[in-house]
Amino acid sequence: MRKPSIGRRRFLKQAAVTGAAVVASGASSSAASPQTPALARSATPGAPAVPRESDPSAAVEVLTTDRPGGDFMVDVLKTLDFEYVAANPGSSFRGLHESLINHGGNRAPEFITCCHEESSVAMAHGYFKVEGKPMAVLAHGTVGLQHAAMAIYNAYCDRVPVYLVAGNSIDATQRRPGVEWDHSVQDAAALVRDFIKWDDLPISLEHFAESAVRAYKIAMTPPMMPVLIVADGGLQEDPIPSEAALRIPKLTMAAPPQGDSGAVAETARLLVAAENPVIVAGRLARTPAGMTRLVELAELLQAPVIDQGERMNFPSRHPLNHSDRARELVSGADVIVGLELTDFWGTVDAYRDQLHRTSRPLTKPGARLVSVTAGDLFVKSNYQDQQRYPEVDIAIAADAEATLPSLIEAVRRGISADRKHVFDERGRSLATARQRLLDRARSEATYAWDASPISTARLSAELWAQIKDSDWALVSPIDFVSRWPMRLWSFDKSYQYIGASGGAGVGYGAPAAAGAALAHKKHGRLVVNIQADGDLMYAPGVLWTAAHHRIPLLYVMHNNRAYHQEVMHIQRMANRHQRGVTTAGIGTTIENPNIDYAGLARSLGVHAEGPIADPKELGGAIRRALEVVKRGEPALVDVVTQPR
Amino acid sequence: MGTTRTLVTLGLTIIITAAILAQTTAPSGDAKNGRKLFAADGCYQCHGYEAQGATPTGPRLGPRPIAFAQFSKYVRQPTGQMPPYTIKSVPDKDLTDIYAFLQSLPGPADVSSIPALR
Repeated sequence: MRKPSIGRRRFLKQAAVTGAAVVASGASSSAASPQTPALARSATPGAPAVPRESDPSAAVEVLTTDRPGGDFMVDVLKTLDFEYVAANPGSSFRGLHESLINHGGNRAPEFITCCHEESSVAMAHGYFKVEGKPMAVLAHGTVGLQHAAMAIYNAYCDRVPVYLVAGNSIDATQRRPGVEWDHSVQDAAALVRDFIKWDDLPISLEHFAESAVRAYKIAMTPPMMPVLIVADGGLQEDPIPSEAALRIPKLTMAAPPQGDSGAVAETARLLVAAENPVIVAGRLARTPAGMTRLVELAELLQAPVIDQGERMNFPSRHPLNHSDRARELVSGADVIVGLELTDFWGTVDAYRDQLHRTSRPLTKPGARLVSVTAGDLFVKSNYQDQQRYPEVDIAIAADAEATLPSLIEAVRRGISADRKHVFDERGRSLATARQRLLDRARSEATYAWDASPISTARLSAELWAQIKDSDWALVSPIDFVSRWPMRLWSFDKSYQYIGASGGAGVGYGAPAAAGAALAHKKHGRLVVNIQADGDLMYAPGVLWTAAHHRIPLLYVMHNNRAYHQEVMHIQRMANRHQRGVTTAGIGTTIENPNIDYAGLARSLGVHAEGPIADPKELGGAIRRALEVVKRGEPALVDVVTQPR
Repeated sequence: MGTTRTLVTLGLTIIITAAILAQTTAPSGDAKNGRKLFAADGCYQCHGYEAQGATPTGPRLGPRPIAFAQFSKYVRQPTGQMPPYTIKSVPDKDLTDIYAFLQSLPGPADVSSIPALR
């Protein structure tokens, strides 16, 4: 996409032609310079159109530049305060890559070497959910984005900003024969446009600066999503044409949208008047303030909270955390307020996956439903992550975290002394019920305590016992281990949990954990990840990335030797079709041979132990691995587990 | 309040007695074979190899399973998410053995005896 007057390769070619002609005529060769391509071009009337192989080398050929466009791109990226840029190296962004590590000094951003673009994006995904700001990712505009696509979709569904820069070579006349053509595309962003928020293809460095800043602002405005800038190879590699003409626009972040004041007031009135209000939190807490504000609202009302586990919304052992009896609470509620719910319909309806699919409302007649979500502000149509249409009574199209202060104030104003008395009574009752939930969870965890394969309850409990006195964080989803961490552990800090993948694209877990651990690294936190086996096998090279960049992180394998969700799906089909019940493992299990995850990890430079099938050996292995992590390196313990 | 408590106690007594009667009247099965079938037939997938239960896939089933008649009825014609196990998939004899396995499971350990759970 270079401008004809300053095309680097075209200029060099013409300079070479000029040189050949000048040498032939015996004239001086001092005219050429990167800043004077027109002079070089205009000095060769009658010169041969194409240099011959036998032509002498051009003494005037300009082979170097001290200030390529990639340097300016790095200057722009530095103003956006990226700590890291993750990438698998690719020639379509070689200019930018070189500028990052040399002109940029490989600091802010520092280059994180990944073995797969899916890992790059998933690392950025996990990083954001700890750090609260995006990581940049570089990828080929073609094969790189193709590898990255699933991870981008996960981030899109999870409302996580990832800052993507894709290399491409727009000018067909300047491409190297062969691979560069295969790695070029007319519209690189088309591949992922359905699941990113915005993209652009800058055709000048000025344009790059403006779009780069705009992209950051768009990505970080709720609902947050990935964005993509396509960086033309010519722009990266050509000399900067005129330094004086370049400027980097000021970044001013948009204040997130708050809810309409009338709708907020009505919601507060409903909550104060309700006898059985329930607050449900989805992707609510996008900053640490989200959890603080939700605690304040819940305590003001003494209302139970259901944390759906997509963010660290509410302390797990808070007396008002009743996530483990969600259905019971929803069924008895007279007011339900959903804060950034992905699936409000699925929260208040029961669905039955049998031959004839059926559903029914869980709520009692007359229950009032309120939704607050930025999801109502930006919707795309092709991919169907929007879920069933929820029939709510009040829909507030706004960012829930930003709306909570005004809702809290409206609730506070509406509470009379009588209602305060009712709330206090309710709070005492809920606190008792919460303690029963914890006691029951501990009792349930004892079943199969000594079993082999090892129960997920024991795995979680043994891990918790060894991290609970540290400044710790869990960087993996919990649904595949029966939510035991949330049931047994005490999560009370905003950074201790990051939710799940968003789009349920398998392969997210291992790299997202590494990205999250990278964000935790400077804080010195003890970071653990309960790692699904099938997920790790998508791109296990991320273990090497963790070792190479010395990312302290413990991988505890949840090795059930299967894509277990799919085992259950095939079982369901076999039962439904009455074709036997013993074949569900075909195509769904990961055994014969069993994978040696410890051996795999060791080969990638990671301390590892296992496989461990005897629960009595588990505690010691975790202890030894944590010692490695405390020294600043990754470690892995392979645990052969029960399915869930 | 006293009347309510008496009625609740009476109700619970009836339910527990009925459950005990139902269990004692269940056909006797082979618990050892039941354990094998519990794995082979895929019950473990949602409930765990020890029937300890998993969230949200399947509840704990032992050591005191629901009455055999209810158990059998639910397995054949589940009203929730569980896939149906018809007699073609799991014969009655196998179901009896699986039930015996569930009855044979040990009870919970004392939480206070497990340091990791304190």
